[in-house]
Amino acid sequence: MIQTWSPRTADEAAACVQQAMAADLPMELVSAGTRRSFGRPVDAAARLDLSALSGVVTYQPEELILSVGPATPMAEVAELLAGRGQCLAFEPPDYGGLWGGKAGEGTIGGAMMTGRGGPRRLTAGGPRDHCLGVKGVNGFGQAFAAGGRVVKNVTGFDITKLVTGSFGTLCVVTELTLKVLPAPPDAATLAVLDLSDEAAVRLMSRALGCAAQVSSAAHLPAGIASGFEGRAATLLRVEGVSPSVAARIGHLSQLFEDAGEQVLLDREASQRLWRDIADVAYFAGEARPVWKLSVPPAMGARIGARLTQDLAGRCFYDWGGGAIWLEVPEAPDGHAAGVRQILAEVVGSDGHATLMRASPQVRASVPPFQPLAPAVAALTERVRRQFDPQGLFNPGRMYA
Amino acid sequence: MLMPAPDEGLIARRGEFVAALRAIVPGEGVIDDDAELAAYECDGLTAYRQRPMIVVLPETVEQVSRTLAYCHKVGLKVVPRGAGTSLSGGSLPLADGVILGMGKFNRILEVDYENRCAVVQPGVTNLAVTHAVAGEGFYYAPDPSSQIACSIGGNVAENAGGVHCLKYGMTTNNLLGVELVLIDGTVLRLGGKHLDPQALDLLGVVCGSEGLLGVVTEVTVRILQAPETQRALLMGFPQVEAAGACVAEVIAAGIIPAGMEMMDRLAIQAAEAFVQVGYPLDVEALLIIELDGPPAEVDHLIDVVREIGLGCGASYLRVSQDEEERRGFWAGRKAAFPAVGRISPDYYCMDGTIPRATLPKVLRRMGELADSYGLRIANVFHAGDGNLHPLILYDADKPGELHRAEELGAAILTLCVEVGGVLTGEHGVGVEKRDLMEVQFGPADLDQQQRLKCAFDEDGLLNPGKVFPKLCRCAELGRVHIHGGQVRFPELERF
Repeated sequence: MIQTWSPRTADEAAACVQQAMAADLPMELVSAGTRRSFGRPVDAAARLDLSALSGVVTYQPEELILSVGPATPMAEVAELLAGRGQCLAFEPPDYGGLWGGKAGEGTIGGAMMTGRGGPRRLTAGGPRDHCLGVKGVNGFGQAFAAGGRVVKNVTGFDITKLVTGSFGTLCVVTELTLKVLPAPPDAATLAVLDLSDEAAVRLMSRALGCAAQVSSAAHLPAGIASGFEGRAATLLRVEGVSPSVAARIGHLSQLFEDAGEQVLLDREASQRLWRDIADVAYFAGEARPVWKLSVPPAMGARIGARLTQDLAGRCFYDWGGGAIWLEVPEAPDGHAAGVRQILAEVVGSDGHATLMRASPQVRASVPPFQPLAPAVAALTERVRRQFDPQGLFNPGRMYA
Repeated sequence: MLMPAPDEGLIARRGEFVAALRAIVPGEGVIDDDAELAAYECDGLTAYRQRPMIVVLPETVEQVSRTLAYCHKVGLKVVPRGAGTSLSGGSLPLADGVILGMGKFNRILEVDYENRCAVVQPGVTNLAVTHAVAGEGFYYAPDPSSQIACSIGGNVAENAGGVHCLKYGMTTNNLLGVELVLIDGTVLRLGGKHLDPQALDLLGVVCGSEGLLGVVTEVTVRILQAPETQRALLMGFPQVEAAGACVAEVIAAGIIPAGMEMMDRLAIQAAEAFVQVGYPLDVEALLIIELDGPPAEVDHLIDVVREIGLGCGASYLRVSQDEEERRGFWAGRKAAFPAVGRISPDYYCMDGTIPRATLPKVLRRMGELADSYGLRIANVFHAGDGNLHPLILYDADKPGELHRAEELGAAILTLCVEVGGVLTGEHGVGVEKRDLMEVQFGPADLDQQQRLKCAFDEDGLLNPGKVFPKLCRCAELGRVHIHGGQVRFPELERF
């Protein structure tokens, strides 16, 4: 029987942690629990259910800040922001479908603690770039705060960045302050069809290096998406006020006049398409292992070719080639050895491969996160211990 | 400003340290001559000076690593230094410490347009990065006002900002990777040309750590295509409140300008007297709002912002028609500091951030504070992101006036925290705001920051006396205390 604590306030959360310290009882930190398939399975005798730490603490659109409890549903956050024409600029992905669940059920805390951004992460930054402050309880049983509630702040160490993306292994987060930004009023996407992966990555590099201010660039090889008649599509998104969107799409269209057949997607079609890319909808409804590689963008196609050929997988590219989403056939190690071998051969240590979908057995037996260089691993462990010396929070979630 | 008490035992061993360091960094790379050491006795915060015991100027990563490992072994304190432009005393030396000057790391190692990044050594100046890529139409976005002199390594240490960071981010948002040397000489790499950390975001916490966590020996930054067009509006308002309302309405309209700067009456008068760019002299607040991007976008937004400005009661409004006029708008703002220097023998530049809505209240209260201290304040303000730069005018030759200016500065920063803001938006804590940290942070908050320090530098040898009002004692911080559910720590000694 798993012991579950359900604190209703930050003070109660601190009291729970102090009890866990006294009993030396490791805990799994959860709220909606929609991201439990991400990372290693946690083996803990107790559960800290943070679901009650939900709700908006303060939302000040003119100050561009939002403070919320970590268990606030992402859907509620999105709706609140949309009501004032704002958004989370890092375009939080929803992997519910990828993991065989439903979309739209996650929390803001889960999104920030898993630290992933969608297609616009390329140009707008990730969760780490939009988290301004955290309040939490560390493994010393102390409630502490880091960062602040203003958009520009360099006071003290930037612990907020460290906590963002830490998968709940440093502290129990009880409040988050986020930077919110105006949602682009208009958007459009230019698709160039039938390019090879190499040609697509070159085109995306050119597009991202020109003055058109492309906000996202992805390439869907033939057969990945059902749209575009199953043909390969290289996608360039521009966002902003309507006159600007039109002018920039015109610029891109002219620049790539001879590159291939072009299709223009309007705002709505564009939104649907990038939502699918963010959520990796193309690999949903299956159980096969899925990897995400982050690499220098120009290397994308070369690695993608090796991955698909050597491992019999299929992949698509986001972030101008810098993100590779790869689906591979079942294997006892989820093809961890093969994926990381190819990564090392092509880019050395400049990149990483994360296992984004696999059975709990596979995620327990191979490291879902890229193994760290020994010196970085040692430092990471020292840092973790300075937050949680007894290893009470999500033990083993990131590394065994 | 009290620094940790110098260790006379270490000072007595100077000769031994110099000999050992010369074996690591040959030739002129180790300085122990008093006259030469004097060049390093302060940084951009010139009110505080201290001659260092030794200066080491390494040229290779191996020399940095061996120097740090040696200092670690013998217990020598190390103060890293970039170009020495810190406004918060981040590289103020220690009488019993080594200055590790990174000025010889001055090469641009690689410009990679395909991956839109540049790999540079930390001693390269901020502006040199932009110059290196400008030919291809690129630039490096963070633009602190010292950009002609300040180094990228220092930018990383301080998480430097600039007038464009509301739209384009601070250093941390434009930093892709570093090579870092720890105090024990360990060399490691964080990030690279790819995005996102492998595990914990150590790069995120190294940036802005003010030389307390490690020494950066290589930096990878992202470069951006320069915007096609830049245009600016110059707007004067009869009341500060109206200017503040205009800023809020621009943001509420969904516009994030490339720059949005405010100046108060005294700053306007000083700037106009200095550079004569045609600023209106009959207004209480002046706004410069710059928009950049494709011409279609800029032209559209200029019209929107103009309407907002008029709606908010702008009594003066000009839109730049060409580059010369746009530069003119900025010339006064950019000359604001030296302009204030003309009307006062000395000035002290502050750097708090506030919620923008509190601006009228803060300016009013600041005026009252200035009166009570018998000093004047000119205000320039990164209005878009709420970052205030009050310039306190004083005369160091008048007995007690520097002290009063410092007290007024502390009162202003305390006010910033009281209204929901923070002590520093872009200049860093350094020694300048060190003793105010407890105004913003509680004991548990500072304990957690110091614990992080312990993970990187357990002996507290890197830049001690900066950022934290108390030296950290890692053994005590690392202990878990439980007394009847209460977690306690022994009171630590102050400077």
